[in-house]
Amino acid sequence: MSEETQMASTDHTAHRGGAWGWITSTDHKKIGILYGVSAIMFFLIGGVEALLIRTQLALPNGDVLSADAYNQMFTMHATTMVFLVVMPAAAAFTNYFLPLLLGARDVAFPRLNALSYWIFFFGGLFLTISFFVGGAPDGGWFGYAPLSTQVSEVVRMDYWALGLLILGLASVLSAINFITTVFTMRAPGMTLMRMPVFAWMAFVVAFLLLFSLPIITVGLFQVFLDRNLGTLFFSAAGGGDPVLWQHLFWLFGHPEVYVLILPAMGIVSEVLPVFSGKPLFGRSFVIFSGIAIGFMGFGVWAHHMFTSGLGPVAEAAFALTTMFIGVPTGVKIFNWLGTLWGGSIRFKTPMLFSLGFIAMFVIGGLSGVTHSIVPADTQQHDTYYVVAHFHYVLFGGAIFGLFAGVYYWWPKITGRLLHEGWGKLHFWTMLIGFNLTFAPMHVLGLAGMPRRTYRYPEGLGFEFWNFVATVGSYLIAVSILVFLWNWWRSRHHGEVAGNDPWNGRTLEWTIPSPPPHYNFATVPTVHSEDSFWHDKYREDEAGNAVPVAAAPTTTAAEEDIHMPSPSYYPALTGFGMFIALMGFVYLPVGLVAVAAGLMVTMWGLFGWAMEPLTREPHE
Amino acid sequence: MERSRLRLSLLAGSIVAMAVSACSSDDPTDLGSIVEGDFPQNSLNPAGPQARQIDDLFWLVFWIAVVVFVLVMVALLVALVRYRHREGSDRQVRQVHGNTKLEILWTIIPVVILAVIAVPTVATIFDLREEPLPEENALMVEVIGHQWWWEFRYPEYGFSTANEMHIPTDRPVYLSMTSVDVIHSFWVPQLNGKRDVVPGRTTHLTLQADEPGVYLGQCAEFCGLAHADMRHRVFAHEEAEFHAWATAHAQPAVIPTEGLAGEGWETFQVICSACHAIDGTSASSQLAPNLTHFASRTSFGGATFANNEEHLREWLRNPPGMKPMDPDRNDLAAGRILGMPDFGLTEEQIDGLIALLETLK
Ligand code: HEM
Ligand SMILES: [Cu+2]
Repeated sequence: MSEETQMASTDHTAHRGGAWGWITSTDHKKIGILYGVSAIMFFLIGGVEALLIRTQLALPNGDVLSADAYNQMFTMHATTMVFLVVMPAAAAFTNYFLPLLLGARDVAFPRLNALSYWIFFFGGLFLTISFFVGGAPDGGWFGYAPLSTQVSEVVRMDYWALGLLILGLASVLSAINFITTVFTMRAPGMTLMRMPVFAWMAFVVAFLLLFSLPIITVGLFQVFLDRNLGTLFFSAAGGGDPVLWQHLFWLFGHPEVYVLILPAMGIVSEVLPVFSGKPLFGRSFVIFSGIAIGFMGFGVWAHHMFTSGLGPVAEAAFALTTMFIGVPTGVKIFNWLGTLWGGSIRFKTPMLFSLGFIAMFVIGGLSGVTHSIVPADTQQHDTYYVVAHFHYVLFGGAIFGLFAGVYYWWPKITGRLLHEGWGKLHFWTMLIGFNLTFAPMHVLGLAGMPRRTYRYPEGLGFEFWNFVATVGSYLIAVSILVFLWNWWRSRHHGEVAGNDPWNGRTLEWTIPSPPPHYNFATVPTVHSEDSFWHDKYREDEAGNAVPVAAAPTTTAAEEDIHMPSPSYYPALTGFGMFIALMGFVYLPVGLVAVAAGLMVTMWGLFGWAMEPLTREPHE
Repeated sequence: MERSRLRLSLLAGSIVAMAVSACSSDDPTDLGSIVEGDFPQNSLNPAGPQARQIDDLFWLVFWIAVVVFVLVMVALLVALVRYRHREGSDRQVRQVHGNTKLEILWTIIPVVILAVIAVPTVATIFDLREEPLPEENALMVEVIGHQWWWEFRYPEYGFSTANEMHIPTDRPVYLSMTSVDVIHSFWVPQLNGKRDVVPGRTTHLTLQADEPGVYLGQCAEFCGLAHADMRHRVFAHEEAEFHAWATAHAQPAVIPTEGLAGEGWETFQVICSACHAIDGTSASSQLAPNLTHFASRTSFGGATFANNEEHLREWLRNPPGMKPMDPDRNDLAAGRILGMPDFGLTEEQIDGLIALLETLK
């Protein structure tokens, strides 16, 4: 078969457009785009929630929101941002780029991949519609028992427990998929140590998810049972223990923080070398520090509980492990600086966001060290100082890193570049707005302002900085509008990117933008890290880059490309679970929906099992 | 000195703050004249030995962090300026892959810095955990968290009060704390860090104030609907004054039987005594704050509202309208209270109750 007929034959799957094409797609790139678009939608929802919070707090004794509405708002803001924005955004990049970075045609389990997406999508929908039916969760995204288990008259925290359960299932499935992909789908010659750093970080994240999610799953089941069947896992009166919940939650919750930040670190580790014209400094140290952070992430959970009275020995131990995690983090920062040093730095938008990431993350990291000082933390805990800290990590860090990835990889996804001018405006308004919003919260927290409070009285000195923070949050909103505009106009007016707009170093830049359905016409063979760069340049004795006369032409080999065919069973299975979940919230009346939902789920799974994986072209 | 710098920035803020706050004040959460200074709840303005120890440690780490931050930022900016891409320049970019010596160096440096921080941290952790010695003759106070108010019991004197704790200076106060419903957290920033108050457990905290005065606090663990309005106040007195306060508080109330206040007492017995106690009378329910010496308190409703007639009237007309509460879910039999309901009291009943409460000095 010639290459041309191959394309024609495989494209009958890729080109099945329209909504149905998206719903049934098993192409990792389409699924990546679905994750990305969903994450942006939820980012807008979470952002509106944040703006409402900040509007309420702009002035003392604010009465924009009632206490009840406020509690739902901050619970859902955090839940949305963590589980429906940063995690799926990272999943979007991993889905789209992991196979491309590895030189693979797809992920290991394409239909499982689709199922992960649809479970995530319906989980997010389930959480969000709670606002309109019965009320959104209001016990905090951390769901501390017994507050989360006691309010049994209201369904709100059932939405939370079940929503997190189902989102966890989606993440475990994609973790298994990514781990298998890394182990089995790398291009010939790509040893683990030659794997791009983003792929490495995605790999570490997959293991973190695999080991941390079962812990929270157990806890969420217990919360659900305590609420609905009257078990007493977390009830002190019945011999249970509320502090047990905190251990379970944070044993998951702390690794989760690294789930949120490691992908951004991976992106920044791809962007900095490209725009510095140098390889990543100390590559293996960056990889190993990522692995170390992953491991150590499981040993520090109790630093979220320094005020719960663990006793001095445990407190001292967790203070030390927490401080220690600063070491691999520091190593990463220094290596990024080492990458810049001596380079030829081009200040394109992806680079600006990466540099913003470094600067903001350093601030978040250092305030993190002040939390490990247990006595000081007993002052800072549950105040705005902590809100400042983790926004410097999650927003200044994770979100800035993800935006670096958006600008960097956009051309590979859409074939067009985002506009540099609008991109820079987006960056600067976001950077300024971000610091105006969150820097003052350090002061507020130390001045004694607790978080999760819907109002504060006059006379405590909180007025001014709260006002500044609110102004800042509106500036962030402006920056998001700039980004949306940039996205919108680039659809038709964006500069056409070509294969390799940034002079990249990794395999995704060797193929067209956007890539064909099967990614690589010929699976590439890898001889070194930065393989693509070495196709274009060689190093002379002094270590300078010298262009190679002619880039090697990839010869079209005779390869038989089989791509998985589309399937609506994953979406159907996810939909069945959604129906069942809605039923569980409204037990015992909901039993009908539970039964119906489970039947649809079984139908989906059964149909899936019987469906042939690939249909032969031209059958 | 270091401290004064941060205070300065706080101060700069407060000037604009006054301008801002001037336009929003028609609201009951009026802390009254109790509040002194610009930042009365400031953890950086310690007023007792425990808080001071924490403060010292914080500033040590803060300045180390500032130095690290400045060094990293300078390195970053120097790199960005020096190595920026210039159009038309033919500078060669050397493809440096790494440097093991450097890696080892910048692994060791953070280790050393953290070791420097770790020693005083661990020492302070153990220091602050020590219970007061017997010869320090600590005052024992039991703290009980409720949704959404604080109960303070004085076992030595045999009475309890709500939201306002009185302590002596010149000896430590040893708190034994628990909760009857969900987790709360007891926090008076100027006197010590916070400590969670957990149902089914007893946690402890030692406080001490250097000087007589009022110190503001607030529940710091999210505890549901009115978490924001779960505040408290600590009044520190010279020993003699404290003793006088405590002995007076140990006295039962003298209930007026005549006049308006007498009518108030009638209403109280019928409606209020289901939840509130007045020591020395038949009203002895412990579900809601003990009102025996209500008139001597400066605040009510989770120390959120100044105790005056205007606020009281508004409160009695419709408590959940003044502070978010959830009395529909009260379960008196199970001893669970989520706030004070609106009883639909008439204005006459309210007049009587206010007259009664004002006699409860
Ligand atoms: C649009 C910009 C944002 C603004 C203005 C904002 C504002 C806030 C505020 C004021 C709170 C405190 C709520 C409270 O404690 O009462 C909060 C909480 C939180 N935010 Fe954001 N936020 C923003 C973006 C993000 C992002 C991007 C993340 C990323 C994951 C995030 C994660 C969280 C989390 C986890 C909480 C904790 C809620 C809690 O349990 O107290 N936020 N945010
Ligand atoms: Cu509380």
